[in-house]
Amino acid sequence: MTGDGQAARTFANSELGGLADPANFTAPLDLRNQPAARLLRDLETMIEIRLAEEAIAALVESGEAKCPCHLAIGQEAIPVGVSRSLRQTDRIFGNHRSHAQYLAAGGDLSKLMAEVLGRAPGASRGMGGSMHLYAGEHGFLGSVPIVAGTVPLAVGAALAAKMDGKGDIGVAYFGDGACEEGVVHESLNLAACYQLPVLFVCENNLFSSHMDVALRQPSDRMSRFADAHKVACEVVDGNDVVAVAEAAALLIERARAGGGPGFLEAVTYRWRGHVGPREDIDVGLRRSAEELTAWKRRDPIGRLAAALEARGELDTPALDRLRMGVGARVAESVASARAAAWPESSALLGPVYVAG
Amino acid sequence: MSQASPTTLSYGRAIREGFRYLLANHRDVFVIGQGLWSPWYVGSSMTDLDKDFGTARVIDCPVSEMATTGAAIGASLCGYRPIIVHPRMDFMILATDQIVNGAAKWRYMLGGQSSPKVTIRGIVNRGGEQGAQHSQALHSWYAHVPGLRVVMPATTGDARDLLIASVLCDDPVVFIDDRWLYEQEEVLGDVDLTPLTEVAPRLLREGADVTLVGASHSVLLCRQAADELSRAGVEADVVDLRVVAPLDVAAVVRSVRKTGRLCVVDGSWENCGLAGEVVAAVAERLRPQDFRASPRRVTLPAAPAPTSRVLESLYYPTSATVVATVRDMVAAP
Repeated sequence: MTGDGQAARTFANSELGGLADPANFTAPLDLRNQPAARLLRDLETMIEIRLAEEAIAALVESGEAKCPCHLAIGQEAIPVGVSRSLRQTDRIFGNHRSHAQYLAAGGDLSKLMAEVLGRAPGASRGMGGSMHLYAGEHGFLGSVPIVAGTVPLAVGAALAAKMDGKGDIGVAYFGDGACEEGVVHESLNLAACYQLPVLFVCENNLFSSHMDVALRQPSDRMSRFADAHKVACEVVDGNDVVAVAEAAALLIERARAGGGPGFLEAVTYRWRGHVGPREDIDVGLRRSAEELTAWKRRDPIGRLAAALEARGELDTPALDRLRMGVGARVAESVASARAAAWPESSALLGPVYVAG
Repeated sequence: MSQASPTTLSYGRAIREGFRYLLANHRDVFVIGQGLWSPWYVGSSMTDLDKDFGTARVIDCPVSEMATTGAAIGASLCGYRPIIVHPRMDFMILATDQIVNGAAKWRYMLGGQSSPKVTIRGIVNRGGEQGAQHSQALHSWYAHVPGLRVVMPATTGDARDLLIASVLCDDPVVFIDDRWLYEQEEVLGDVDLTPLTEVAPRLLREGADVTLVGASHSVLLCRQAADELSRAGVEADVVDLRVVAPLDVAAVVRSVRKTGRLCVVDGSWENCGLAGEVVAAVAERLRPQDFRASPRRVTLPAAPAPTSRVLESLYYPTSATVVATVRDMVAAP
């Protein structure tokens, strides 16, 4: 299966077309009259995610962080755009690559760093590491690395929300690889069958581990599965926070109003390898330095900053100050994580059961 | 629920009474599973619950064991106490990722901040030439996994009360009942609301010569065997485990210290199974000289369930199998 012929395989006709082509969407974003304050907050959150993940990458390289760390550098716009329409009573579920989802939902930066280093004040009290994050007070109800493992949980959370009748929704973040898991299809069917208020967010980064989607599926368009299950869908450039936010808002408001589930396919690309800090050019079967360089020009942060500059709402000194401020917060969070206590030995057995 | 006068109930109807108690008294309880709007699949255990409590709380569902189990777990993280029903345990295997990777570990992975208050009901339904994929009792798989509580009622009272205790427990519980017990009858009084964490194995019968241990249907075999052995002058303690994970063997250890003989009956396979675990746990807590005979296991042969009735009759242990095993132990020098 890994012969040259197979590895060289590409789609004769990509169903995503230009959305999957890094030559497109490199210009400054179309801000569509969205207010500067909102966009500047999004910019700051995306920068926080990127700098936090770069700091985590450094912790992995230095050997301080031992747990598997899956970085979402390059994919920041998706959870930031989605989170714009979420509220703290919504129920968000992540996957193995959830730092960005957690931070975008409002998760605490210091708790993230402490968790990555396995310390007691961590988001999951040092019991989870990078792949198990929790920020219940912000509606981030958990992330786990079993591929698609949380997708039915979000559907159940949506069932509970529907029973509560308060307009809350469930959110499931997953990738293109998860679409190869049967439970995603079971979950889409269940959500459509019961018309549940749930948003399926597919972060389609075109790779699952080392495998290009062309080697795994007959199409690169994941939303075809939403079509099959009669779930409303939107397909957007996942590196455009404005487009993501608008599409997510549409589907989320529809779900809150009783219109049933939605599926957001956001096309993106991860700048680092499947796991760890490296770019993994040598690991991907069809991942190339040229392709990565091209995707870096489709930078979700740079394109937003450029658009704000073009509108006169940001200049280089302001952007520098923003980066410096966020960088200081990130450095402080790493320092506090390093100084934090390890879990007590009683935690080895303590959390297995609620009581007894 | 008003206090009921003692009534005779079958094991199957007692499970239904457990559901009725939960649905009538706990607004956060709902039930989801295949066939619940036409529950002939599950004997007498769920009849008309949908009519009595509404289809919004007694929910029939698509043929998606994994997603429905995951959905029940997800709802349990959001203020509900769902019960997901797998009318046949063989099909519950399709949901096992959600049970083992998900529910069992959820609380631990997140540092104790969130607990799936979900009950996963699996029904053992075998015999009648149903064959290899319609016969399995897989409690040992789930009992192996920390984070799950595995409950196996043997008596009619426990069928009702342990279902209630399972659902009111804040941990994920695998509740396993057995169709071969559904016609067993008992006179039941009021619901016993002992919390699941305080439910311990129960000595159902006392005798000085041998300790018979089982869970669920195996307890019935133990009781029948004890009656037969008594007629031959051999008196047995019968211990009903009730909860097989976490496993509490204190009552079994006490009994074996008295009888010196341990025979564990389990309706599943031997290798890495419940019977072996009970034997090992008891052996570790006693001295070699406490035993008058080597402990024995009565389990299924190491084969899938056959279909033909001739082979089926060889496959499933009966009370006679238990009696023969005990006679062998008693005769041992």
